[in-house]
Amino acid sequence: MTGAMLFHWAAWFTQICLVLAMACAAVRLIRGPSAQDRVLALDALYVNGMLTLLILGIRSTSTIYFDMELLIALFGFIGSMALSKFLLRGEVIEP
Amino acid sequence: MMEAEISLWFAVPASILLVCGGLLSLLGAVGLVRLRSFYMRMHSPAMGNTLGTGCVLLASMLVSSAMVGRPVVHEVLITLFMVMTAPVSAMLIIRGAIYRTGVNAARRSKE
Repeated sequence: MTGAMLFHWAAWFTQICLVLAMACAAVRLIRGPSAQDRVLALDALYVNGMLTLLILGIRSTSTIYFDMELLIALFGFIGSMALSKFLLRGEVIEP
Repeated sequence: MMEAEISLWFAVPASILLVCGGLLSLLGAVGLVRLRSFYMRMHSPAMGNTLGTGCVLLASMLVSSAMVGRPVVHEVLITLFMVMTAPVSAMLIIRGAIYRTGVNAARRSKE
C-alpha cells in the first residue's frame, strides 16, 4: 500500500466522521429544548464544517481553501459570540 | 481529485492523526446529542472540537509539507485562532445559560 493510497482512505474516513458529527449537531440544533442548546449546536456545526473543508483542501492541493477556513473560523466565532451576547443581555449592540 | 505521491513516512502519521481527529469530533458531537442536561452537553463538543481541530490541522501541515518539500506552517494560524476563541465562546454561552436558567439549575444538574 502506497502512502497516497493510505492517506486517501484516511481522508475518506475522516470526512465521513465529520459529516456524521455535523448531522449530530444539526439534530441538536433542530431538537434543542432551549436557546442555549441551539447556540452550542451551531458552534459545534461550524467547527466541523471548517474541518470538512480543510480535508477537501488537503485532497485537492489548492491553497484557496485555507482562506475560506480562516473566514469560517472568524465569522463562526463572531456569530456565536453575538448570539451568546444576545442570550445574556437581550441585545447585541447596546446603545 | 488528484493526490501527489506522498512518502510513507509522512502518510502514516498524517493518516493516524486524521483518523484520531475525525473520531474525536464525532465523539464530541455524539455527546452533544446523547447527554442529558445542558451543562453536561456543554463540555463534550468543546473538548472534541478543540482536540479534533488540533489533530486534523497537524495532519494537514504534515501533508502540505510533504507535498511542497519544505515546511508549511500557515495552518498554525487557524490552530492559534481556534485555541484562543474556543474557551471564550464556551464561557460566553455558559454565562448566557446561567443568566437564563439561574445558578440553582446549574447546581442541580451537577448532581
